[in-house]
Amino acid sequence: MRAPLSWIREFAPIEAEPSAIAEALDRLGLEVEAIETPGREIVGVRVARALEVRKHPNADKLSLVEVDYGDGTTTVVCGAPNVVAGMVVAFAPSGATLPGGFTLEKRKIRGETSDGMLCSARELGLGDDHEGIMSLGEGSALGTDVRDVLGLHDVVFDLSITPNRPDAMSVIGIARELAAHFDVVLNISEPENTTAGSRTADDISVEIEAIDACPRFTARRIAVTMGASPVWMQQRLALAGMRSISNVVDVTNYVMLERGHPLHAFDLSRLPGRGIIVRLAREKETLTTLDGVPRILTPVDLLVCDAQGDGQAIAGIMGGSQAEVQTSTTEVLLEAAYFTPMGISKTSKRLGLRSEASARFERGVDPNGVLAASTRAAQLLIEVAAAQVAPEPIDVYPEPVQREKISVRTARVNAILGLDLSAEWIKDSLTPLGIAIEVDATLDDGFIAVAPTYRPDLEREIDIIEEVGRRVGLDEIPRTLPHTTEQGGGLTVRQRERRLVTDVLVGMGCSEAMTVPLIAPDDVAAIGLDPDCTVRASNALRSEEPVLRPSLIPGLLRAAAYNAGLSRADLALFEVGHVFLPPVGDELLPDERDRLAVLIAGTVRRAPVELDRPVDVHDVTEIIDALSVALELADLRLEAGPAPGFHPTRSAAVLVDGESIGHVGEIAPGVGERVGVGRPLVALEVDLDALLDGIRRQRTFVPLSRFPTSSVDLAFVLGDGVSAGAVQATLTATGGELLEHVYPFDEFRPGGRSRSVAFALCFRAADRTLTDSEVAEVRQECIDAVVRVHGAEFRT
Amino acid sequence: MDTDAVPDLNLTAALEAVSAARSPEQLAELRREYLGKRGVAARVKETIKSLSPEDRPIVGQAVSLFTAKITEALDAADAVAGPETIDESPIDLTLRGHGRKRGHMHLVTQCRRDLEDVFVSLGYQVAEGPEVESDWYNFEALNFPPGHPARAMQDTLYVDLGEPEQVLLRTHTSPVQVRVMESQTPPIYCVMPGRTYRNETLDARHSPVFHQIEGLAVDRGLTFGDLAGTIEAFTSAYFGQKVKSRLLPSYFPFTEPSAEFALSCVFCDGSGCRVCSNTGWIELGGCGMVDPNVFRSVGIDPEEFSGFAFGFGLERMPMLRYGVEPIKTFFDNDVRFLTRY
Ligand SMILES: [Zn+2]
Repeated sequence: MRAPLSWIREFAPIEAEPSAIAEALDRLGLEVEAIETPGREIVGVRVARALEVRKHPNADKLSLVEVDYGDGTTTVVCGAPNVVAGMVVAFAPSGATLPGGFTLEKRKIRGETSDGMLCSARELGLGDDHEGIMSLGEGSALGTDVRDVLGLHDVVFDLSITPNRPDAMSVIGIARELAAHFDVVLNISEPENTTAGSRTADDISVEIEAIDACPRFTARRIAVTMGASPVWMQQRLALAGMRSISNVVDVTNYVMLERGHPLHAFDLSRLPGRGIIVRLAREKETLTTLDGVPRILTPVDLLVCDAQGDGQAIAGIMGGSQAEVQTSTTEVLLEAAYFTPMGISKTSKRLGLRSEASARFERGVDPNGVLAASTRAAQLLIEVAAAQVAPEPIDVYPEPVQREKISVRTARVNAILGLDLSAEWIKDSLTPLGIAIEVDATLDDGFIAVAPTYRPDLEREIDIIEEVGRRVGLDEIPRTLPHTTEQGGGLTVRQRERRLVTDVLVGMGCSEAMTVPLIAPDDVAAIGLDPDCTVRASNALRSEEPVLRPSLIPGLLRAAAYNAGLSRADLALFEVGHVFLPPVGDELLPDERDRLAVLIAGTVRRAPVELDRPVDVHDVTEIIDALSVALELADLRLEAGPAPGFHPTRSAAVLVDGESIGHVGEIAPGVGERVGVGRPLVALEVDLDALLDGIRRQRTFVPLSRFPTSSVDLAFVLGDGVSAGAVQATLTATGGELLEHVYPFDEFRPGGRSRSVAFALCFRAADRTLTDSEVAEVRQECIDAVVRVHGAEFRT
Repeated sequence: MDTDAVPDLNLTAALEAVSAARSPEQLAELRREYLGKRGVAARVKETIKSLSPEDRPIVGQAVSLFTAKITEALDAADAVAGPETIDESPIDLTLRGHGRKRGHMHLVTQCRRDLEDVFVSLGYQVAEGPEVESDWYNFEALNFPPGHPARAMQDTLYVDLGEPEQVLLRTHTSPVQVRVMESQTPPIYCVMPGRTYRNETLDARHSPVFHQIEGLAVDRGLTFGDLAGTIEAFTSAYFGQKVKSRLLPSYFPFTEPSAEFALSCVFCDGSGCRVCSNTGWIELGGCGMVDPNVFRSVGIDPEEFSGFAFGFGLERMPMLRYGVEPIKTFFDNDVRFLTRY
């Protein structure tokens, strides 16, 4: 909403500086996005008349315009199609300066000299309209500074109005707020229902078939003389960012800006049956709106139709082209109505059609301000369009909207705001906003606030409390801190452990990535998952990436690819985040889980201290081990086996307490190459909660034995498919309490035969020095167990 | 087998002498005495050839054992006492491998932890919720009825589950408020960090995904003053004491009174610059007193309890504190950025 200061001052005589007014608007919740003084940088732009318009000899889309600027005539090249001889325009001669500090010079355009330019509204800093040259209308002497004609000395506040404040979508609404704030009187004279120049009784009809969507509809029959609106009206419209169309259309827009109530004028002669029917649209009914676009409608859309039932406007959003007011119009039907917000909002959203009118109706205009708006328009039409107005409008309003009566408790106001205001202060603060106060004897310490119908946001006590807060100034309320003594702050064990997981990964050299969870179906298929068994967004703007990731790996691969493109192929990334699996059973929401994934690629750079080497699976298994140690997991094991997306013989399932929680290993050949990431590429992905749910090691203290150890080395020939980890687990189990630790220290494949793995075992008893025979006994048990369980061959 | 058979080889005494020695010089002396060319072991060995054939192996083994034990003891003692001479070949400690060492937490995670810690110190707990939500949690329970214009302010990304537009990617972290209030009884002091979504394409100024942190307090007697004080407390804890906060009225369906809070510009200290559009203030987030309708939808009596909520974008914090831009930087995962912080 663009509100010119001079217009605001018409209703509220505020003397404060523009900067102080802007600050007040912010404090009131009418956020100032910009304070504009359009004329500040404009120098030397003058009123001129186009005397003659000729085709440019060397360019189809340009014309040569001869202008009279009062002190003489000159020629400019112009590209706008709307310039015609006789038009009064804003002429910026060479030497003139436009907003942005741009100074014009005489120059040749396609061989013809242009002595300056003709300006569009946007070029003068008046809104966004740059479709054509701005027409100034008659009445100003040629040569006059356009700043005087257009009121460009004015200050315009560009406000961002929240959806709950229809009233602030109008100059009067803004003036009301400021008048209350600056404690000045608000002067709004209710327009008198004038019959000046009236000549005919009404012979038009109004019928509302959809009373829920249109509780009120008024129509006035007005004879008009079409023409341009006066300069003062054009000025204000321009400052408010609207284009001047014709006196009749300008009046409807002017009243909308002034009072926040959209109006519509139909050409009565092109409204068959001379009447109105308001009804819901039929399925697939079409209507061409005045922007020339055919709109396909549904039964939720509300139509304003002629008396024969043909749609003439999409109610509250945009008129149709058939009954549009044009230069030949002599009589109009002026609509002023109240359409309910919900319907306007739905239709506007569905059609993607937003207008100044819909922005107001969907917030909720004042149902009881309808007639005043219509009367104000009639008054203005008499003034600017020599209108003859029928004495009384037709007003269909079967169930008038009543003002809300709201009980307000003083104590409650103070309890919510943290203040100690008196009932009198509160009441006095509300009345300038149009809220009436009534006494309620049943209330001990309170009153009744009667909300004006232009404030549909005021329905409940809390709404009134907010108004009091705004009147005090939310920023003026003394700041305190709550007493949070009843509950201690802190992280849960699970939250602390999640931090620990991240810390371990960082400590292991991985950096945390955050990837976009919406991915392409192909990325899902590439890691061996079924893209049809995923959860998808239904309206993703990037329609090629609609899948909610079922795995973190594709995102990390994309991140690796991004870095490979930057010649940063060596990387170790991890991500902790949600994945989305189809809902379980008849759940509505997806099976959403927290996962942890690591992706390591390229070369481990150690030169010149050690040798460089390509990354390998051990770079990720050591991360698994580090997590297991940090979390003190009692039973985390790897079990060799294939997994989707992983190399068939170089991957393993991660088992916690015997249950698989994810996979680790080399990424399957081709997966990285597909997105431009070379091998080697190793990864792990586990379910984070399943990891953290793992049973933890006993923390009971075991006395530290002071007796000597006995070391034993055992080597076994292992068949295919027997993992060292499994053999180690068997040794650990068999060695029992006497086995202090065991680790593999050698692996070799003698001449292409099965591989041999050697383990170092260290025995120690808690209470004695182990004898040679005791050691021999447990050694033999270990050998026997491995041979028996794994079919291994003991190497002597 | 022992050395007792050879009285000259008093192993026990020799070992005691070694363990009593303190300096490298003493140890060198003992080494000469026991193991040198004219030492004890050498002298006994000299005598072997004059012994009877049956005694020779006994004395020979005794000498071997003596030599081995004393050598072991002297070597160990030398290692502790230090060698007489040092290896002076230099090693360049500044020559280091280029490989990865320690990794880095994402800047957003760092910021999230910092803020969580600030709120924990203020007595808050931390809660999380799902990113895919039902319309009820994301909108309806938060007092956004169907067709409400405030819904249009959010570019909602819907999910192909349930009825059309019934399931969505949460547009804010506020649904977690509802879940927390449903599952806990007041007093509640809780912050809810997490990922949120908008139907945008990742480009310089937009991102389909970003992070928010939301705070919720529900207790007896909480006031707007408590809300304003809390915002001041955490902004000054995060940005420093000189940063001021400001609250201006705004509108959110789930709070009333509602406000937008701003910080005095951290770039110009409030005097006006390009970042703050010369206003001296930078808008950070929204806040307000929990709307009674929200309390009713979760079964909390608004007459007994009052509460406040606030929320803001996590990415905004490092953007303001370190000047990171554009927002896309957070999700490109360029390792130069990831390893910068
Ligand atoms: Zn600044």
